Amino acid sequence: MNTDTKIIGTPVPKHDAGIRVTGKAVYGHDIVLPGMLHGAILRTKYPSATFTIDVSEAKKLPGVACVITADDIDTNNISFKRDHPVIKAGEVNCIRDEIAAVAAETKEIALTALSLIKVKYKKRKGVFDPFEALKPSAPKINKFSIGNFKNKNIAGEFHYEHGNLEKQKKRSKIILTRRFSLPRMTHACMATSNITAAYSQSDGKLLLYSSTQVPFLYQRDMAHALKMNPSDIRIIQPVIGGGFGSKLDMYPFEPICALLSIKTGKPVQILYSREEEFIASPTRQPMIIDLTAGIDSKGNFTFREVNVIKDNGAYTSWGATTPFVIMQAFSSLYKIPACYFHATAVYTNNVFAGSFRGYGNPQATFALERMIDMLADEIGMGKDEIRLINANEQGEITGQGLHYQTCGHRQCLESVIKSSKTKIRTTSNERYKKGIGFASMLHVGGGAKIYRSDGCGSIVKIDPYGFCTIITGANEIGQGSETVLAMIAAEELGIALNKIKVINSDTDIKPWDVGVHASRTSFVAGNSLLGAIKKLKNKLNAKARQLMNEPSADFIYESGYLFSNQTRSKIAIDKVVREMQFTEPNELAIAFYFYEPLSEFQDKEFKGNVSGTYAFASQSIEVEVDTYTGNVRVLNVHVAQDVGKVLNPLLLEGQIHGGVLQGLGYAICEELLMNSGMILNSNFHNYKIPTASDIPEIHFTPIETNDRHGPYGAKGVGEAPLIPTAAAITNAVCNALGIELLELPITPERVLRAINGKQTSRTKKNLTVRNGK
Amino acid sequence: MKNSDTGSFIVNFNLNGKDVKAEISASTLLLDLIRNTFNMKGTKPGCNEGECGACTVLINDVPVNSCLYLAANINGKTVTTIEGLSCNDGSLSAVQDSLVKNGAVQCGFCTSGMALCIKALMFEYENLVNSKLTGKKPKLTENDVKKWLEGNLCRCTGYVNIIKSALELINNVERKSG
Repeated sequence: MNTDTKIIGTPVPKHDAGIRVTGKAVYGHDIVLPGMLHGAILRTKYPSATFTIDVSEAKKLPGVACVITADDIDTNNISFKRDHPVIKAGEVNCIRDEIAAVAAETKEIALTALSLIKVKYKKRKGVFDPFEALKPSAPKINKFSIGNFKNKNIAGEFHYEHGNLEKQKKRSKIILTRRFSLPRMTHACMATSNITAAYSQSDGKLLLYSSTQVPFLYQRDMAHALKMNPSDIRIIQPVIGGGFGSKLDMYPFEPICALLSIKTGKPVQILYSREEEFIASPTRQPMIIDLTAGIDSKGNFTFREVNVIKDNGAYTSWGATTPFVIMQAFSSLYKIPACYFHATAVYTNNVFAGSFRGYGNPQATFALERMIDMLADEIGMGKDEIRLINANEQGEITGQGLHYQTCGHRQCLESVIKSSKTKIRTTSNERYKKGIGFASMLHVGGGAKIYRSDGCGSIVKIDPYGFCTIITGANEIGQGSETVLAMIAAEELGIALNKIKVINSDTDIKPWDVGVHASRTSFVAGNSLLGAIKKLKNKLNAKARQLMNEPSADFIYESGYLFSNQTRSKIAIDKVVREMQFTEPNELAIAFYFYEPLSEFQDKEFKGNVSGTYAFASQSIEVEVDTYTGNVRVLNVHVAQDVGKVLNPLLLEGQIHGGVLQGLGYAICEELLMNSGMILNSNFHNYKIPTASDIPEIHFTPIETNDRHGPYGAKGVGEAPLIPTAAAITNAVCNALGIELLELPITPERVLRAINGKQTSRTKKNLTVRNGK
Repeated sequence: MKNSDTGSFIVNFNLNGKDVKAEISASTLLLDLIRNTFNMKGTKPGCNEGECGACTVLINDVPVNSCLYLAANINGKTVTTIEGLSCNDGSLSAVQDSLVKNGAVQCGFCTSGMALCIKALMFEYENLVNSKLTGKKPKLTENDVKKWLEGNLCRCTGYVNIIKSALELINNVERKSG
């Protein structure tokens, strides 16, 4: 592989930005098919109830093509645990539950039809607190739940341990116990959820225009739901207006849209309103984390003992597997001799949680990085010093079996410590107080072997005109995977970027890939493409040797030519392709490759090297707090991230900025508020995401550790910038005020309460133990 | 002009440099008129309640949330959408080019609104410069730009490169105006 790169490492603008900046990109909302109907979904009025439903009036409305309820469909349950009926029959369990759907000639008619559906509810009390749901007296919330658990409302359990906990407790100088509470956050993608389904009755094929992040898993899930053959379902991804993990599962509205198309024989489109998006999208997992952690007299961490209760909501999504990632942070971020971890996902009548950028890691990192600051205070060490003492090292194999073949943790810490002022309580007048906070993170950087394959397929071809087409399993969701893949092909084949096309949106054409998640695309799809290019070059080289009569030459690909490494004579790449194609033995300039990362499945104890490589990052954040109002202003964010190798500094910077700002929202203002199962802030007016006025100065330093498994040495980058941000901001606020915050978001109200010394009710159960050594 | 039989109106306005005419009802929103009647899909429906700015268009060079604007009010006015921002030959305008080069576009759903909002800021700034009221050259600070863009939400980019783009464009206007 080239170490001296020409394209890789340069700030190439996004390959597909042109269509997006001229209004030509076709998103799901922009699709119009001939004869298309508009679908709409009736959701329950109450979060927990039994009901009867009468749709006869709706059916009579002129312009209505079809009305369906649970009685009209024959489907399998969906979701990760198959515990979620597509349309609910006689019973609802959360406020987003679908009870009927309509297809009509216009959206207005569809909505009018919904208003004509008569539903008689018999309200039930509902269970909205996971601790209540675990009581023996609580009703069973999800009757489809399976698994052998000690309580009927447990949706999933994860248990992990390494090291000798009791021994480590004995040698600890300080032991602290704290309860941390993390809120529901929602993705708030700028494009609302959407789908267009077109079923062809003549051949039984279903075409879906879907914004999924995981088209091949989705195809399989859809086939299961509809009792169809997966190969009869074709998924085309339009341009996707934001993902962030929200599109990792298939949700009921998607098979509902397909069913409406199947029943009417016409294309049907469902577009969420913004209110619906807030109510009927998955959220980040709300969690209660009880963490006990120790430190010895020299400042070495001794153990972490963790118990996590996750509010699963009424159904179980892929997000229920977040403990894979949560336990990884607790077991392996900083050197930890012993770790005990238990996580329980509990059914409630709240809206269900899903996957969100970071996948449980922001919650875990918040708890453990807040705890590190408290341990530092107790033992009287600097918050920078304590982190450096315990930082992860290259070559380390953690208690969980993660193998850090490269590790930039210490460099990241040193970088952010240096670039921010490390002095505590930098300022301050009576009203405005400044503080600095640190936090690090560990995340998978080379995929994550959770599904049966973590692989990606690629096809690369060169046409007789010297243009290259990459057909990849990997999806573009705005993050820039198309650009990075085109850059790799340009680098390796010496073909200009404007002669490279990327085909990545059609399951009938593209080879398999597990999907966009786990910051895996550059690493996995990049390696996959490199594999295909290598095979293609072998073919081209053989032909060029023959054409140039240089049987032992090797070739350098540059500016559209193959240059012989022996004579420096050259031949145009398109000429080689034409000669291959049009003279005997007539061969196409095409190659394919399937790349599977060299990672392992974890064993039953969750031990094993689950990723091809690991990413590290540290942030130091400076805040100013208004002690009169409790308002937190984030001033400076220093980010150092072990990215392996910078593939494209422009796109990388974009991931850092966007991630930090989502982390800032998680820290100070974002919470989907629920009361007795109802969502209270289902609009951008009351659910605040950060605006242009809220951005801090972001100072980014990439750390290059050149991982030998990554494409050009690169690691995954997408999720990392969000993960430590909320922890570092909260540490900074606590630093500024000398208070203890254990709950997000740190709203002005919570900050003022903490200043006044009042603990909030959700975070009791805090203990300090000092061993007299 | 009102058709008393159907309750519909005819409005005449200028859309991206062309005089156009459309039959609308009293409740037709400008967003729907642009997207559905004129089939220009670059104006994005992000929230339909005036909070996100994705549907921003320029009406007489002023940025407006087209989801809150009744089409009945558009008669006689000039509307610019993202489709009208590109140069006549279809190439990228300075705003679009700057957004692309600065990495200010990720998923792109907010981009149309952002681009038009920045364009409006450039108009605003040009007017300030040309009015010569103060005798001094007006300055736009980074904070002014942030405030101007506050009504346009973006979930991908963290706004940093969008603001960088806007500042570069304003500086160009400044330079040109000497």
